[in-house]
Amino acid sequence: MSKQKIVVIGNGMVGHNFIEKLVASEGYANFEVHTFCEEPRVAYDRVYLSSYFSGKTAEDLSLVKPGFYEENGVKIYINDKAVGIDTQNKTVTSEAGVTIEYDKLIMATGSYPFVPPIDGNNRDGCLVYRTIEDLDAMKEVAARGKVGVVVGGGLLGLEAAKALVDLGLETHVVEFAPRLMPVQLDDGGAALLKRKIENLGVTVHTSKATTLITDGESCMNKMVFADGEELETDMVLFSAGIRPRDDLAKESGLELGPRGGIQIDNQCKTSDSDVFAIGECALHDGMVYGLVAPGYSMAQVVVNQLNAEPASFEGADMSTKLKLMGVDVASIGDPHGTDENALSYVYENGPEEIYKKIVVTPDGKKLLGAVLVGDAEDFGNLLQIMLNDMDLPEHPDALILPNRDGSGGDLFGPDALPETAQLCSCYDVSKGDIINAVEGGCCTMADVKATTEAGTGCGGCVQLVTNVLNSELEKRGVEVNTDLCEHFAHTRQELYHICQVEEIKDFDTLIEKHGTGCGCEVCKQAVGNIFASLWNTHALAKENVALQDTNDNYLGNMQKDGTYSVIPRVPGGEITPQKLIVLGEVATKYKLYTKVNGGQRIVLFGAQMNDLPAIWKELLDAGFESGQAYAKALRTVKSCVGSTWCRFGLDDSVTMAIEMENRYKGLRSPHKMKMGVSGCTRECAEAQAKDIGLISTENGWNLYVCGNGGMKPRHADLFATDLTKEEVFKYVDRLLMFYIRTANRLERTATWMDNLEGGLEYLQDVVINDSLGLGAELEAQMERQQQTYQCDWEAALENPEFTKRFRSFVNVDSPAEQLFVQERGQIRPATEEDKLAGIAVEIKQIA
Amino acid sequence: MSEFVQVCSTDDLVKNSGVAALINDTQVALFYINDEVYALNNYDPIGKANVMSRGLIGDLKGEFMVAAPLQKQHYNLKTGECMDVEGVSIPTYETKIENNQVLVKL
Repeated sequence: MSKQKIVVIGNGMVGHNFIEKLVASEGYANFEVHTFCEEPRVAYDRVYLSSYFSGKTAEDLSLVKPGFYEENGVKIYINDKAVGIDTQNKTVTSEAGVTIEYDKLIMATGSYPFVPPIDGNNRDGCLVYRTIEDLDAMKEVAARGKVGVVVGGGLLGLEAAKALVDLGLETHVVEFAPRLMPVQLDDGGAALLKRKIENLGVTVHTSKATTLITDGESCMNKMVFADGEELETDMVLFSAGIRPRDDLAKESGLELGPRGGIQIDNQCKTSDSDVFAIGECALHDGMVYGLVAPGYSMAQVVVNQLNAEPASFEGADMSTKLKLMGVDVASIGDPHGTDENALSYVYENGPEEIYKKIVVTPDGKKLLGAVLVGDAEDFGNLLQIMLNDMDLPEHPDALILPNRDGSGGDLFGPDALPETAQLCSCYDVSKGDIINAVEGGCCTMADVKATTEAGTGCGGCVQLVTNVLNSELEKRGVEVNTDLCEHFAHTRQELYHICQVEEIKDFDTLIEKHGTGCGCEVCKQAVGNIFASLWNTHALAKENVALQDTNDNYLGNMQKDGTYSVIPRVPGGEITPQKLIVLGEVATKYKLYTKVNGGQRIVLFGAQMNDLPAIWKELLDAGFESGQAYAKALRTVKSCVGSTWCRFGLDDSVTMAIEMENRYKGLRSPHKMKMGVSGCTRECAEAQAKDIGLISTENGWNLYVCGNGGMKPRHADLFATDLTKEEVFKYVDRLLMFYIRTANRLERTATWMDNLEGGLEYLQDVVINDSLGLGAELEAQMERQQQTYQCDWEAALENPEFTKRFRSFVNVDSPAEQLFVQERGQIRPATEEDKLAGIAVEIKQIA
Repeated sequence: MSEFVQVCSTDDLVKNSGVAALINDTQVALFYINDEVYALNNYDPIGKANVMSRGLIGDLKGEFMVAAPLQKQHYNLKTGECMDVEGVSIPTYETKIENNQVLVKL
């Protein structure tokens, strides 16, 4: 049997996706595929076009894996446009004169940008935003000018505005409608979006109709608006919507819609039963879909039919979630409440710039639509509720109100979704598909992405898919690979117990008995940390040197130029004027850069390795000790000024902070730890953003645990209330030791608690009610830690073997050359540019 | 053609760790692992600082390596090739140990 000949006109995102799907389909051996691509390159990602200006290349944007067409026998005609279709004889002819017969023809000709009929719209600097060639033209104009205007404040227009910002232009957006993204957003959401985008330096003009583009005075062009106002600009970028490319179909006699678009039925067939149309060129039920996901669905429908499987396209949901210039925006269903009896709920958080609205049926039972701006985390949840027609909770506003006390949890967990629920709309992946992937052996999100493609399009579904994955794994009792690294098939917790039970105190013994190879920076540091926690050996002890990061080995944090920071401990942030003077003197003598850091301490930067012992000798003589800022250990205990001075303070937070810091200093832990003590609920010490936080009340201390700032901020949870100081110490002793014993490598307390089965309640049970009977043991272990505490630097300076290691070179006494530049009266590391410019000098040349 | 230069004694090295040496104005990182000495230029081509001697060493997939202390890229101790970023490498130098003395040829 001879192969069926399939010809695809258009190699855009949807045309390529069709071929990918056909190649992957069971019956691919029965087909011979030809495709025409009018652009000089194969399909690329138009959704992320603006990333071309933030560093991506045309190759990075390509959707076609190198060799994909060749390996699968697909004949592609690049840079050759199809110009004629003979539906009688079933042939396609190209501009270059190629004529090919087809059995089935797929039109995937896409769309073109609509340019409003404005006088002067073809002037120099007037461009559209669609292809890589368009991007190159934008670059060229941007190089000649300084101002750019995007005409159109829709989804694509705002993407284009990001491109102009990245090109370094003063950027304006001009929208005809009274608000941004008029289709997807309501007034409230659009107003917030406008405010946020304007904060990024983009000027937004709404309710503006452009009537003329003409010669500018300060710029190449000038736009004139219907209200008489004018705007000088070099570039005018039209992004006012798309129009289906249906000219070829029209000439070939295929039926079009009254306002354009190739008419298709639910099978994506055109008026000729051997010709299909998919993507933005197609008109289905009066709709042209300008998003990629419906195009991909249409491609699947056609592939199924070619494989003799029934399939139909019945319209697509236009809900979208995206990040526009860093702002999360999502729109679901009908956000305008076009049904006049529809009810709506709005949550607006001014300070945090969040806007959320849901539209529900008059009986309050079903979700009709939603708008989210500033925080689109609820998108997955809300979309599933709407698509699966799920009943809403009694108070639907619970879906968008912040869940501050943590009691509500997910109203609809992954298990509540039906298997048919579509999780990834870009690749049409359902919950059932994820379950199948897990059945087939997928254990990680990376596996799931590779197998199902879920989450590899817009990425909006990743959180939801991860939740489903974890829930399914859990149901199957699957253990996720938690090996520390290739040298140890154990978790940190397991290694901790092995070392403790077998009293192992050196790496060689451990790896010989329980691992393979020589180790790497991952396991060596983890084991070094375990030894420090268990045996409190000195950081510079010989057996530890090969196990530790440079920060631990040189008792300072290495900076980008190879110098170190010097951070003495300042317990509770309290420091005497005499000590401040010493810091100033030492910094002056060694020409160090001085800064107050976020932990209420003073940091001296730029210390060279060979100077560290001398610097610390002077600091120790003045009564300082190591701040251990280089270690996975307690950093600082931040405090407010407390009841001693403050009119509002209820207790002496400074004394409490100093006692806490002295109690837990030097305690090595899986990750750094921070603490805070506030003297009243005004919370000036930000204790709720710390691993351990105390806030004074009328009746004692409230203890908060497992919070953190940083990359993923998390508020601490209230652990116990109205405690005495003794109770605080008891609970914190137990909690921290339990953390050190059971946490994974580099796991902060927040993640650790979230990963404990039972979470906060379980931890309260272990610590407060001593449910495991470990209380006394944990307290005793903490007491041993405190008794064996020694200032790292004091110990280091006592031993000449240690100080020897701070020599710059093993064979000569001279220090390593280190270059600096002076800035605002202090030094900073010299950059490569500074060195080339000849302004970098050695420290001895600095006055 | 350069010659082997005597740099230090093996007692000056730290087992399973690194030290820096200055040989004819070139900063060299010396690593002591498995009773052998490996010599690489001390300059981290990605972090752009003379810090390689202060990296942790070990093995990955059977090859001895050093992890750059600034951003933790791995470099093969024998070839100097970066194991994470293609096309990046650090110059390596021949070494030998004679009578407990470490010799390096630049």
